Amino acid sequence: MILTINNRTHEVDAPDDMPLLWVLRDLLDIKGPKFGCGIGSCGACTVLVDGDVTRSCQLAVADVYGPVTTIEGLPEGDTLHAVQAAWVKHDVPQCGYCQSGQIMAAVALLRDVPAPTDQDIDDAMSNLCRCGTYPKIKAAIKDVAGV
Amino acid sequence: MGRIAKYTRRGFLGLGAAAIGGLAVGYYYYKKPFPNPLEGMVGAGESTFNPYVIIGADNTITIYVPRAEMGQGIHTTLAALVAEELDVDFNEITVTQSPTAPAYYNEAQLREGAPFAPYDDGFLAESARNVFGAMGKFVALQSTGGSSATIDAYVKLRESGAAARLVLVQAAAARWGVGVDRLTTGGAMVHHPDGRSLTYGELAQDAAKLDAPSAPDLKPKSDWKLLGKSQKRVEILDKVTGGRIYGIDMQLPGMLYGTVVMSPRFGVGAVSADKAAALAVDGVTQVVDIETTTGKGFGIIATHTWAAFQGAQALAPVWEDAPYPPDSAGLMAMYDAALDAKASFTLGGNGDAAKALQSAPESDVFRAEYTVPYLAHSTMEPLNATAQFSDGQLTVWIGTQAPGVAQMRCADLLGIETDKVTVHTLRMGGGFGRRGEVDVPLYAAALAAKTGGKPIKVTWTREEDTRHDTYRPMAKGRFAAQLAPKQTHAALPRAIDVAVAAPSIVASLLTRTFPGIPAAGSDRSILDGAFGQPISWQDSRYSAHQVEAPVPVGFWRSVGNSVNGFFHETFMDEVAHQSGLSPISMRLRMLHDPRFLPANEIMTKVAEISRWREPLPDGVGQGFAMTLSFGTWVAEVVQVDMRDGPVKITNVWAVADPGQVLDPANFKTQIVSGIIYGLSAAMMQEITFANGQVQQGNFDDYDAMRMAQCPEIEVELLENAAKLGGAGEPGTPPAAAALGNAIFAASGQRLRDLPFGNTVDFY
Ligand code: FES
Ligand code: FES
Repeated sequence: MILTINNRTHEVDAPDDMPLLWVLRDLLDIKGPKFGCGIGSCGACTVLVDGDVTRSCQLAVADVYGPVTTIEGLPEGDTLHAVQAAWVKHDVPQCGYCQSGQIMAAVALLRDVPAPTDQDIDDAMSNLCRCGTYPKIKAAIKDVAGV
Repeated sequence: MGRIAKYTRRGFLGLGAAAIGGLAVGYYYYKKPFPNPLEGMVGAGESTFNPYVIIGADNTITIYVPRAEMGQGIHTTLAALVAEELDVDFNEITVTQSPTAPAYYNEAQLREGAPFAPYDDGFLAESARNVFGAMGKFVALQSTGGSSATIDAYVKLRESGAAARLVLVQAAAARWGVGVDRLTTGGAMVHHPDGRSLTYGELAQDAAKLDAPSAPDLKPKSDWKLLGKSQKRVEILDKVTGGRIYGIDMQLPGMLYGTVVMSPRFGVGAVSADKAAALAVDGVTQVVDIETTTGKGFGIIATHTWAAFQGAQALAPVWEDAPYPPDSAGLMAMYDAALDAKASFTLGGNGDAAKALQSAPESDVFRAEYTVPYLAHSTMEPLNATAQFSDGQLTVWIGTQAPGVAQMRCADLLGIETDKVTVHTLRMGGGFGRRGEVDVPLYAAALAAKTGGKPIKVTWTREEDTRHDTYRPMAKGRFAAQLAPKQTHAALPRAIDVAVAAPSIVASLLTRTFPGIPAAGSDRSILDGAFGQPISWQDSRYSAHQVEAPVPVGFWRSVGNSVNGFFHETFMDEVAHQSGLSPISMRLRMLHDPRFLPANEIMTKVAEISRWREPLPDGVGQGFAMTLSFGTWVAEVVQVDMRDGPVKITNVWAVADPGQVLDPANFKTQIVSGIIYGLSAAMMQEITFANGQVQQGNFDDYDAMRMAQCPEIEVELLENAAKLGGAGEPGTPPAAAALGNAIFAASGQRLRDLPFGNTVDFY
């Protein structure tokens, strides 16, 4: 089957029910989306599918319905996406393992709600961070939004 | 904020020594030093001065950091120690993980394993710490844990930087024919008063031939340019771009993928397993038996991880019955029995608490019992390791807190010499104490032995990870205090008698890590956080009742302090209320020892920033707790709002005193992280047993705090403590007690058993 990932097309030979996460990581060597739980709970595997925030461990590769964006697709050349730049400015990551998922969720939130309230952030950012970077994530999102 | 240093992953890319190449000179301040492992790694034009620094002729300066980065910012802080004395800025250096070698042993971690309070500098305490420290060198534990990395490095790494700078200046002085005292450094160069300069790189080869001083003078604090200031994390760019830096991101040509299915009942194996069904899964190539000191079970080898996971499910093994009480209630009965039996040992204490409590009228005695459950570490990155066994050599790539131990045990498993095993330490998606265990590298090695020389990455499922942890022990505390006679107004309590039932973590660790070594002596972790706290009593006793429970237990962020911080600080809150005193003012009055000054200051400060004395609406409450752990004194106030019914944690104020703050922003971040970790456990986490196995498996039944539940957290730092304390763990111990005490203040409901979520609802 043919997948479009970060504006490039890839031909993959995978079982239909193989989750997109493992297709990305093990077959295409795209390591930004991380494995955390495999049950759609933690969000470490978050990517955008046709713009929709998607937990890629829960989407069978045969059901991928549009182009996929992973964190590798965010920067424009050498320039970080505004959300990534805010993450650097606020020194958000600790172990960093959840952060590709957090950043993808924040990118989608800020696209849909350019000036989110605390409640909007709480609702949209349900990804788990075991290091407890939530206060910094919130500050970085507000910084990008200018709120 | 400082500038960002370059950050390399030489080891990760598998380039290693050959690609770098060089020249070496020894500088050590230990009497019988271990060899400098960088000597074998230097390339043409490069010089090494000690196990931490290589300087190239082109003035590239590489700092090798011996501790593992798991999110605590240690690579940045340790690099800053060397850079400060070498007199170079962050943008003039490259930071990288050191190789695995005995030169990097962690003395501080074992020193604080000795059974004395951290403020105790008595002769006995010091000599015990020295004996434990020497043991660290003996077994050469290059480990990261016990919040000890910075303490271990504080003098060692600054001396390394200073000594390297001194020989560079001496080399310049010789070349120019001037005295060293006329020369200055800066910008990775040595400067002549007439304006000439030589780069460190131009001097490195000469300098490396000189004998470095063994105890060079260190800069006074007032001259620090990097230390004491907040730095950007050296690895930040990787962490916002999905960088392939973690063990789980390992990719090698021809690599296979695997997973493990280990017995969920400890110490037993399988009765049967459907290997044919596993092999029938598309992509599964082999099912192998595993038997090590850490468990029995199976490994699945496949062409990708998903196939391995499906194969694991198809295998559906039937396991032997557990040879121990199969459920949580049965295990708890062992604790009650231990508490009723004679104490295994006591630590600290003064006077005769037993007599004081016996002779006091029962109306003046307050008693309470507390429990905490087993807990899993639940690191964000599931456990994994990659291994390759070919030509009698094993290479392991793993995010580990103890590479030296992994090396030793993997060599034993495969029957090869230790020097035939290379361990590359990779970045970790969280450690919290779990990633020092040997099971992960052992299983990877066991599978690598079956692949005909191909590398294999072994990834555990989240369920496998949760059900085969080395748990924070379950524990039970039986506390009693003699209060002042009822008629005396606002008088202080007089005596405390503490009994804690818990297993020995050290004994559990030794059986799986060094099976030959008997676990002698007392495991202070049973009482850590209860004894040796900054509190004065007329009489006090702290008794450990060691439980021989079958569940593997290990180091979980803040270890025994996470247990006793909750017990002791909840009890003290109860004692204050029983005595008709405010918890903070009572504690301020119980500091009759000049060494307790830091406690006075953190309590005063936390009361101030939390506006502790101001009245709050009904249904809103504040709770206080304080624990001294890993040399850092921490006071916390939690505020909850229960006006809508469920408990909403709205605020946390924390004041921490580690003696010396090397990187304020990172230190605060660590305290915040420790608080969230502790609150998560207090709210909702418990590992329970049925049928001899753990019932929880994934984040649906073992979750942690999410964004919507996260309070506002404010941290202040003080520097009154006499000794340097740790950062990664001390934020955790007071969190649960402060939360429970806040719930009591808001509702009048006293919670003595964790997690609180079993009794009250959280927002
Ligand atoms: S791995 Fe997909 S949500 Fe956790
Ligand atoms: S930064 Fe470690 S899990 Fe989020």
